[in-house]
Amino acid sequence: MVTITGVIPRPSTYTGLWSWLTTVDHKRIGALYGFSAFIFFLIGGIEAGIMRLQLATSDASLVSPDWFNAMFTMHGTTMVFMAIMPFGATFFNFLIPLMIGARDVAFPRLNAFSYWTFLFGALLMHAGFLIGQVPDAGWFSYANLTSAPYSLSKGLDFWALSLQVLGIASLAAGFNFIVTIINMRAPGMSLMRMPVFVWMTLVTSILLVLAFPIITVALIELTADRQFGANFFNTSAGGDPILWQHLFWLFGHPEVYILILPAMGVVSEIIPTFSRKPLFGYPVVVFSGIVIAIMSWAVWSHHMFTVGLGPIANSVFTITTMLIAVPTGVKIFNWIGTMWQGSIDLRTPMLMAIGFVALFIVGGLSGVSHAVSPSDFQQQDTYYIIAHIHYVLFGGAIFGIFAGIYYWYPKITGKMYHEMLGKVHFWLMFVGMNLTFFPMHYAGLNGMPRRIYTYAEGFGWEGMNLLATIGYFIIVISLLVFIHNFFRSLKKGEPAGHDPWDAPTLEWSISSPPPVYNFAEIPVVKGQDAYWITKREAAARGETVEGEAHVDSSTIHLPSPSYWPLVTAFGVAWLAGGFLIDVGWDYIRFPVCFIGGIITVIGVIGWSNEPAAEEHHESGEHH
Amino acid sequence: MAHVDTTHAPPAHEPSAHPPEHEEETTTGINHRKLLMWVFLGSDCLFFGSLIATYMVYRGQSVVGPYPKDIIDVPITTISTFVLLMSSFAMVMGVAAARNGNQKRLVQWLIATIILGAIFIGFQVYEFNLFRIEGLRYETNLFSSTFFTLTGFHGAHVTLGLFWLLCLTIIAMRNPAGRPSGLDVDIAGLYWHFVDIVWIVIFTLLYLIGGFDAGPEVEHAAVQGWQWITATIM
Repeated sequence: MVTITGVIPRPSTYTGLWSWLTTVDHKRIGALYGFSAFIFFLIGGIEAGIMRLQLATSDASLVSPDWFNAMFTMHGTTMVFMAIMPFGATFFNFLIPLMIGARDVAFPRLNAFSYWTFLFGALLMHAGFLIGQVPDAGWFSYANLTSAPYSLSKGLDFWALSLQVLGIASLAAGFNFIVTIINMRAPGMSLMRMPVFVWMTLVTSILLVLAFPIITVALIELTADRQFGANFFNTSAGGDPILWQHLFWLFGHPEVYILILPAMGVVSEIIPTFSRKPLFGYPVVVFSGIVIAIMSWAVWSHHMFTVGLGPIANSVFTITTMLIAVPTGVKIFNWIGTMWQGSIDLRTPMLMAIGFVALFIVGGLSGVSHAVSPSDFQQQDTYYIIAHIHYVLFGGAIFGIFAGIYYWYPKITGKMYHEMLGKVHFWLMFVGMNLTFFPMHYAGLNGMPRRIYTYAEGFGWEGMNLLATIGYFIIVISLLVFIHNFFRSLKKGEPAGHDPWDAPTLEWSISSPPPVYNFAEIPVVKGQDAYWITKREAAARGETVEGEAHVDSSTIHLPSPSYWPLVTAFGVAWLAGGFLIDVGWDYIRFPVCFIGGIITVIGVIGWSNEPAAEEHHESGEHH
Repeated sequence: MAHVDTTHAPPAHEPSAHPPEHEEETTTGINHRKLLMWVFLGSDCLFFGSLIATYMVYRGQSVVGPYPKDIIDVPITTISTFVLLMSSFAMVMGVAAARNGNQKRLVQWLIATIILGAIFIGFQVYEFNLFRIEGLRYETNLFSSTFFTLTGFHGAHVTLGLFWLLCLTIIAMRNPAGRPSGLDVDIAGLYWHFVDIVWIVIFTLLYLIGGFDAGPEVEHAAVQGWQWITATIM
């Protein structure tokens, strides 16, 4: 077939910038995700710092009220969609094929497409800063604050369309990992032999593909209202702003579990390794994760207790919300049960994991306190809620993510991080985190509303806010220690060896960093904690297990690099960006969108006409 | 049709040049792409579910006309619904032809599917245009916003399916030797049937049930639900 694929030669380099742009290797894509997520994590952190400085004293005037609105909106949006979610994707990408004994994900090019779409979506969102059009209606952008008459800037158009692009990236990744985990497991790896992290990735991906279409529809409705004069949230035409809240939280509550379940999976890998014991009650942990995922669909209205849905709705959602605490509590007891009488090795990943468990309990308890709808009336829209969400997302998700970064650092880089610096990072972050967010419980219960840009003297909030600001800077210092440790260890770290922790999962059976083909020989799995079984059997024979020896990678059939995912992702982002051209004249805007559509179509055609892997040998059949 | 008999040559109607159905080993035995399509369809259910929910919540909430009763033409849409269902039949025949390796029949049935799907889209274009002339524009009222968004996204799904089937037809015409594979057609068929099923739901709710709404007197969905609960429990 004569196509453009025949005209432009396929990329074939494996080094240099071009190789990163065209890579389909899940490990490299994982690294790209991790790097980007960390950059956006820092950007979100700077936005938080601006808010903390503004709120450190009463009647401060560091930023204007409008800029403060933009800061809390972008802080929430960035941390949720551009930091914690892609951090999760980092671990999915790097680890899932290694943990299930596969050579790559099911759709390597779709995987690259996910990353590039995520990156372009995030850049599009931040492009608003360049022209001073920043979203400013909160990360959940309640209607009708977002209606055109009440939000004159283009900020919310940037928000809606970029989130749409980020949603495409997440959906594509979700599809990919569901198929990968269901369909690409090594022989012998039945579902109930999968590491808990793989289970949590599967559950998270299922939540992702079911939850994101809902926000997609909500964003379509918002965009239609703002761009084409539709009436979805227009009260004068009979529209109901509460519909936005229902759609957003029906997506938003599963989203909360999309953020936390990967961290729970990471912790479930680390605690057994450093307690020298298998995970206590493995099936219970797995089923708790599944039950959490199912129940996360039945709790969304606890974000809306004060809306006035009536006593029946509030009672039902009070009960369901309290029930979802049960499987979460079960998991916490399982982690504690794993550590019980284990020989605990307090390395940095283990410290982070224990920090996760401790802080998540605090966040869980404050969560139960506003599951009770009468008590929530007191807490709604106060700093108490801010304290809660940061205990579960910073104390929970971020501690889990850092636990994972330290735990797999030797595997990913082949070098050992500096243990002392790691511990300094943990303790500074632990103290800083509690100093920042614990006083917010008191500020909130003393009536400090969230989203205010300043407050007058005499409410008694100054001390707590100053403490929180000091805590913020301790967190900043801890992150500087982490960054130093990361780059220092890349250069000067001790070689890690293939299995520094004596870990139970398959990724530790291959060399560090893993070769491009992952497994020279696909492993056969004999039970849970597969690599522990291998090592024990070898020890019984009086042998030691070495990391797998390298083989010539050209003898193994691997997916070839491709630039079509990049082209397609670029087209999608162009299409969304075209909508944002504001010249009041659709004859410019829509042709620009059309060009984006053309680029996308060219990308898809090129993609589907090129085989996933170039043939190494000439055979009669063409795929 | 799994031939486990290894001692005999494959039957004549399956030419040896035919590409293998399962290009790589999978844990479940289901092809990756087919599983991907199933997962995508599960996801798409929530997409249409949210749009339909929006329509149902706003049913009867428009404060100005035209209302559905003034404008919805159930007989015409019944015809186009029948046409779309027939396209699903043609698709089934196409999938069967592809599985049997009958390239000629495959092309015929794919073209039939495309023509029937295109007729459906033609009806929709006609309907949208008629509504516009009769004074129902996208921004007119809640009914128009919800109706055009839901049916418009369904139409976009059908149109995408048409392009997909067209690509398959072109490939089938150029490669009498066995492309596209039965699997390729099967996956497109899954998508096509799903879009048809969604239309059955839309036709039932927006035309057969909602098509006779005559203005703002229809109770709000929340009120209806509350009445149902009180009538059932108390």
